[in-house]
Amino acid sequence: MMKEITLGQYIPGKSVLHKMDPRMKVILLVLFIVFIFASRNFVSLGIMAAAVFFVLCISGVSPRLYFKSIEAIIMIVIITSGLNLFYGTGEPLWEWRFLKITQAGINTALFIAIRITALVLISSVLTYTTSPTDLTDALERLMKPLSKLHVQVHEIAMMMTIALRFIPTLLEETDKIMSAQKARGADLESGNFIARIKSLVPILIPLFVSAFRRAFELAMAMESRCYHGGEGRTRMKVLKLSKRDYIALAVCSAVFTGVIVCSIVLPVTVRTGM
Amino acid sequence: MNFIEVKNVVFGYDAAENGEETKKVLKDVSFSVKNGEFIALLGHNGSGKSTLAKMFNGILEPESGSVSVNGCDTKWEDTILDVRKSVGLVLQNPDNQLVASIVEEDVAFGPENLGIKPEEIRRRVDSALKAVDMYEYRHHAPYKLSGGQKQRVAIAGIIAMEPECIVLDEPTAMLDPQGRKEVMDTIIRLNRTKKITIILITHYMDEAVLADRVILLDQGKIIKDGTPKTVFSDVEFLKTHSLDVPQATELAYRLSSSGMKIENTPLNADECVEALVKALEKN
Repeated sequence: MMKEITLGQYIPGKSVLHKMDPRMKVILLVLFIVFIFASRNFVSLGIMAAAVFFVLCISGVSPRLYFKSIEAIIMIVIITSGLNLFYGTGEPLWEWRFLKITQAGINTALFIAIRITALVLISSVLTYTTSPTDLTDALERLMKPLSKLHVQVHEIAMMMTIALRFIPTLLEETDKIMSAQKARGADLESGNFIARIKSLVPILIPLFVSAFRRAFELAMAMESRCYHGGEGRTRMKVLKLSKRDYIALAVCSAVFTGVIVCSIVLPVTVRTGM
Repeated sequence: MNFIEVKNVVFGYDAAENGEETKKVLKDVSFSVKNGEFIALLGHNGSGKSTLAKMFNGILEPESGSVSVNGCDTKWEDTILDVRKSVGLVLQNPDNQLVASIVEEDVAFGPENLGIKPEEIRRRVDSALKAVDMYEYRHHAPYKLSGGQKQRVAIAGIIAMEPECIVLDEPTAMLDPQGRKEVMDTIIRLNRTKKITIILITHYMDEAVLADRVILLDQGKIIKDGTPKTVFSDVEFLKTHSLDVPQATELAYRLSSSGMKIENTPLNADECVEALVKALEKN
């Protein structure tokens, strides 16, 4: 049951996006998010949405998975744009007691729906096409300048790596402990909410104890392998920006310039923070 | 100069919190290891063998006495990385030794810590994975491998540091017979072809007979040190210290104690057959 959970939802593949330098992907994702938020009219948002759609198409990941990630946030989209539908100002198109719908309200609602969906889709592209290890690696290298400000960048990245490595191991262990407790007659499935939470205690305690034991042994194994922090440490995989990264950067810059121009030239349709 | 020198080592774990006197796990242990040797350290639970294993690369430091590797005391802080680089330690549970979520990245962990150049790390990782016969699994996630495979990856992680010696603390205890065989074959191959010194801590007598030298520990003391032949020939002595002997030796011992004359202590099935044939022909 537990083994079904895949972490980071990485889908191995051979698309251009899979082969891109993870650092470039992270940077471009941040820029995408910024420009999706900066769009103030339908044309610029339209350009961003088209760009997101194009990225989805070349990612080589099945559309089903993208629908799944939209499904997860569909309620949020409906609630936020539903609320905004009634908050517009101006001439009401439809009115019932205190509720009124205006053209501005419809615009905002539509705008927000597109914006949230685009945000979620572009973020899932990153997690679908980048393995968790590459992602941690990219974050460590991108945050490196922060170590001058005494942020423990290497330590954070190491913790992420170890956490990722141990998630499947601990899930397997949880499964084992649950079976062991069930075999001794523990009832994990019935009773009300409180009773069920209480029944988790005999699972969590052994899990914690074993996690600490594992941590001690891992620390010993790491020390035996000459680990002494990030100082003087080299990496086997050298991240190198290649031609495709620069092409991606150029294409995205063109799109972003288009968005900036449209935002300046065309009138603002929607004034909203979200 | 001997490669590893263990001199009068005494060690006890802290039991101060319950007011008892600390019980010494190791009491005055001394021996030395030469380059290229294959040593089996034997002893039953609580004999101090795992504690001793952690002394060879300075994970634990002796209370009194000293352990030195290539002339460097494991207490010296400025040479500890050199010591750990030349003496690798493999622990019992392979799950708790792997750091990264991809096999080849885990193997690269040691060399990365040593600050070696990327191309050289790549070369070492590939050759280490080939040495343990796990090269085709280099892109796999460790949790999908079997116990024996994981343990071989852990060994590869040590080999990639190009150590002179590997200490293995019951590396096969958590494995099934198949995995145990894989790991033992790997260890023997490393000793024979790469001339890596091996210190194998085990309680399987059948693994111990493969070594060049067997050291028996009981209650923190070395009670016997010699070739497998000499150590296992004294079956009575082993029994009084509640230690087993290899099955073939046990059979020969029982036959000879009931009157059959068997020369030479057989250590494995082949030797046993040979000895029995000889004994039967004589009659």
